This record gives sequence, structure tokens and C-alpha cells, in this order.
Amino acid sequence: MKMLQSNPTSLWSVLKESDNLSGRFLLDADSRVAMSDLVEGSVLYGRGKELQGRSVLLTTNDQFTTASALIELDGVARRIVLCPPDFPLEHFPYVIDTAEVDAIVSNHAAMRLGKPRPMYFSPVSRTIVAGDTDRSTHHATEWVLLTSGTTGLPKLVVHTLESLTGAIQAGKTPAENIVWSTFYDIRRYGGLQIFLRAILTGTSLVLTSAHESTANFLARAAAHRITHISGTPSHWRRALMSPSARRISPEYVRLSGEIADQSILNHLRAMYPQARIAHAFASTEAGVAFEVNDAIAGFEAKALECTPGVEMKVEDRTLRIRSTRTASCYLGENAPILKGDDGFVDTGDIVELREGRYCFAGRRDGVINIGGLKVYPEEIEAVINRHPQVQMSLVRTKKNPITGALVIADVVRKAGPNDGRDLSASAIQDDILLLCREALSPHKVPAAINFVPELVVGESGKVMRRSA
Amino acid sequence: MNQIDVRSEIIAQFNQVAREQDKRLTPLTDQLELLDSGLDSVCFAIVVSRLEEAIGVDPFAASEDAVIPVTFGELVSFYENAAK
Repeated sequence: MKMLQSNPTSLWSVLKESDNLSGRFLLDADSRVAMSDLVEGSVLYGRGKELQGRSVLLTTNDQFTTASALIELDGVARRIVLCPPDFPLEHFPYVIDTAEVDAIVSNHAAMRLGKPRPMYFSPVSRTIVAGDTDRSTHHATEWVLLTSGTTGLPKLVVHTLESLTGAIQAGKTPAENIVWSTFYDIRRYGGLQIFLRAILTGTSLVLTSAHESTANFLARAAAHRITHISGTPSHWRRALMSPSARRISPEYVRLSGEIADQSILNHLRAMYPQARIAHAFASTEAGVAFEVNDAIAGFEAKALECTPGVEMKVEDRTLRIRSTRTASCYLGENAPILKGDDGFVDTGDIVELREGRYCFAGRRDGVINIGGLKVYPEEIEAVINRHPQVQMSLVRTKKNPITGALVIADVVRKAGPNDGRDLSASAIQDDILLLCREALSPHKVPAAINFVPELVVGESGKVMRRSA
Repeated sequence: MNQIDVRSEIIAQFNQVAREQDKRLTPLTDQLELLDSGLDSVCFAIVVSRLEEAIGVDPFAASEDAVIPVTFGELVSFYENAAK
């Protein structure tokens, strides 16, 4: 078994030094490229040199080009800001200012931002051209990931290649027999972990494509004989609704990003009896903390003390994590504190000890998790409260077997004379939903608007949240 | 609620949610795979949530090992059995 480099200098250098590069592939529904070609050529039209030492915003409309560009840019750029899919255009100026972006690498033309900042624009392509990027000056590239924030503005989370790859170890199976795949998008932390895992451990990687059905993806994954595959419990619930789920026979099934309940673990055990099924606890800020391998929901209390390389404690009911895998800080003026003085990251996840096992019992900040994506109720409430007929609102989650959770809004209508229009309840519901669809990412739009006579307001003057 | 009502309630909810979410619904036959029905997973979640109110059961929540229905016909019988 080959050991991993303990401290990888760059993705490119890791690949350059590994064996059998021509036999390893990166592929999605439209393209397939050998890792050897990615190392020797350029997806930036041979102009990677221009990006030396820059703060680069990487925004593409598919994972494949992001993956290719990351290999080329890591170690060359001073900073890479990784833009997630469906990122609202209105937040680009904030991200560009906060991360002092001076170059944009993109394959779409949405970048007419009218910003005065001098900006280098580099197109990125699926086609590899000859041309080596000058790597004579090495930059320890800072990786910036974007996550949701309370106000709707994204938070910019700072990592290094070392912190992102701290949990990755070579497994027992020889790398040449492993093909990784993930339902996750590699432009977010959970998917990025799998991309980095494939690069560092010497395997191929099968990516999803945006307009591909679950059945077609599973068929393609089966055709490429994937052996290791990850996703959120919601991804897996959806996959198991497809008859094509039977076409893959993975050795290793990984869940992360949401709480894995016993039901989804049992379903996966029944569908893939040969597979090792693991659920992992990780977040963009806290990094990968631990993996649970007994296919039981929650985690053993002794995991707090017995996880190599990660220190954990429960304080004030929430799980706190300290390790070399955590992010270092948030970027920006007035950015919130990411780590306490003791170096621990408060995950905000409330855990309860029951018979020697910790179970997750919601979030202290009321954040809800929809299919692995963070949703701040306050952001949605602010949009709903803009409606002239709305007095106040409370956004909460409802457990659901298919998506894991649904966004539900309880709304108190204004009493007394309205603005002259006598709208029916359903017309107002439609109106509110329209407002939400215009202002919010699709996963944040409530599945239902309920009119309620009142909401409980606490001493702070804020609407009381159940988990608060 | 009898079995015919359960089926027609499910069909009504599929149509209603498809309309609200601006999705084109494929004709609902028993063999139709749910993922080919034109509804996405959020739509399904809304359907399940509304059926719980309409029929009074959430068969998914009834057991940790409840099967995951793949076709429309399986979904209907899943609810019919739960509503018995």
C-alpha cells in the first residue's frame, strides 16, 4: 500500500508523482479525460501563467470543468474561491470584494459585473490544449468555500489543501481497483472531499451532470463499475426510488451532509448487502470529524475520545471540534468568529446522550438542513415579511421521508383593513411563494405556507424557535 | 377512507402539486416509475406531506424498514395498505 504524501504541495504535483495516470479518468455525462492529459495539458487555453499569484474566482456551469481547472490552478493561484452551483448573481460583487478577487475563471458569460476593479478573465474549456503552466513559483493556494449566512450573504470559509485533505487516507483496496463517484456537487465541501480523495488516493472519478436523471447517472456509474460512492441521505433516498439503484454494486457507501437516520441506513444495508456503509460527520467549517461504521444512527460516545487526529467535546449541548482539518477563519470585515479561543469550532449541532450513543437533536441557531444544504430561517422570513399582508412569520422544518426535511412557513396575516384588495388565502399564499421564488435559491422556497392565528414571541422580542 | 378514495386522492395531489410547482405530469399508470412522473423530490415531499393530512397516515414514518416505492402502483398500494 502506498502511503499518501503527508503534506501535499499541490494537486498537480500529487498527480505528477503518481503511477498509472493514463489509466485514471475524470468523467461526467459528456466528457472523459485521462488524468495524464490533465497534468500535461491545459484547460485554460495554455494561459495559466497569467493566473500566477492571483485571487481567482472559479465559477463554471458544470463540475467537470471546475475539477479540471482546480488541478491546473492549485499551487499557481494565491487563492481559489470555489463558486457553488446556482450561486445568486447578486452576491458576486460581495464575494469579489471580500476575497479581493482579481481574476475570474469561468465557462459562462454571466460576468458582466461592471466592477471598477481591474480583473483578468480566463475562459475554461472541456478541451485540453498543449501548454504547461509555469510552476516555477509555488503558491500555497488558499481555498475559499462559500456557505450560506444568516442574512443571505454568503460566508467565505478559508481552507488550505492540507486542511481539506487531512482526513484522506489510502484504504486497504488497491487504488487501481477503486472507482469513486458521488451524488454531491464537488463545488461544495462534501463533494470536494470526494474529488480530493480520488486525486490523492490514485483513483478515477465519475461525476454527476446537471441535466442527467438519477436513473441515467446510476446506469452510467454502473457502466464504469464504480466501487465507492457518497451522497447525502436525501441523495440516497432519491436514488433508492429508482430501479437503476440495483445496477450498481458498490463496496463502500458513504453518507454525509445530513443526519443519517436508521431508516436510510437500513434501506442501504438491504439494497447493498455487500457494501461497507459509513456515515460521516463533517461540515465546511469543522472539516471531516469522524466516520461511523456500525450502520447505526448517531455515534458511540467513545468516538469523542477515540478519533485519531480530532479532538471533540460537548459543551453547552453542542458538539465542538478541534483538528488540523477545520477551516482557519471566515474572510471579510466583521466576519463572525469561526473558532473559539481554545481553537474549537462550535458546530452548532445539538447532541444528546442516550444509552452510550450520541444522537443529533437539531441546531442551536435554528438552521435547517435541506438535502445537505444549510438554510437560515431568518433569511426566508425576511422575504416573506416583505409581503404587505404579512404580520410575522416563522420558518421551520418538517421531517419528510423523501427529502429528509421540508421548509414550512407559518404566517400570521395582518389584522384589520388591508390595502383595499380582498385577497383569498390561497391567492396570498401564491403571492408569497412567488416572492420567495424570485428572491431565494430553489431549496429555500417553502413547500407550504400555513396561516396561523399567532406565533409565540419571546422576551427578546423574537419569534420563539422550537430548538432554541 | 376506502381504496378507491385513496387512489383518487393520490392522483388529485399529484395533479395539484404538479400545477403549483409548474411541472408537466406524465399520465399516471401503475407501471410508471415515480422518478419519470415529472415531479422532483421536493414535489414528492409535498405530496407525502399533504397525503398525511388528507388520508391521515404517513406510511413512510410508520416503520424504519418501510419499503421505498419505485412505481406509481407501488405508491398507491403502499398507502392503501397503510390506510386499512
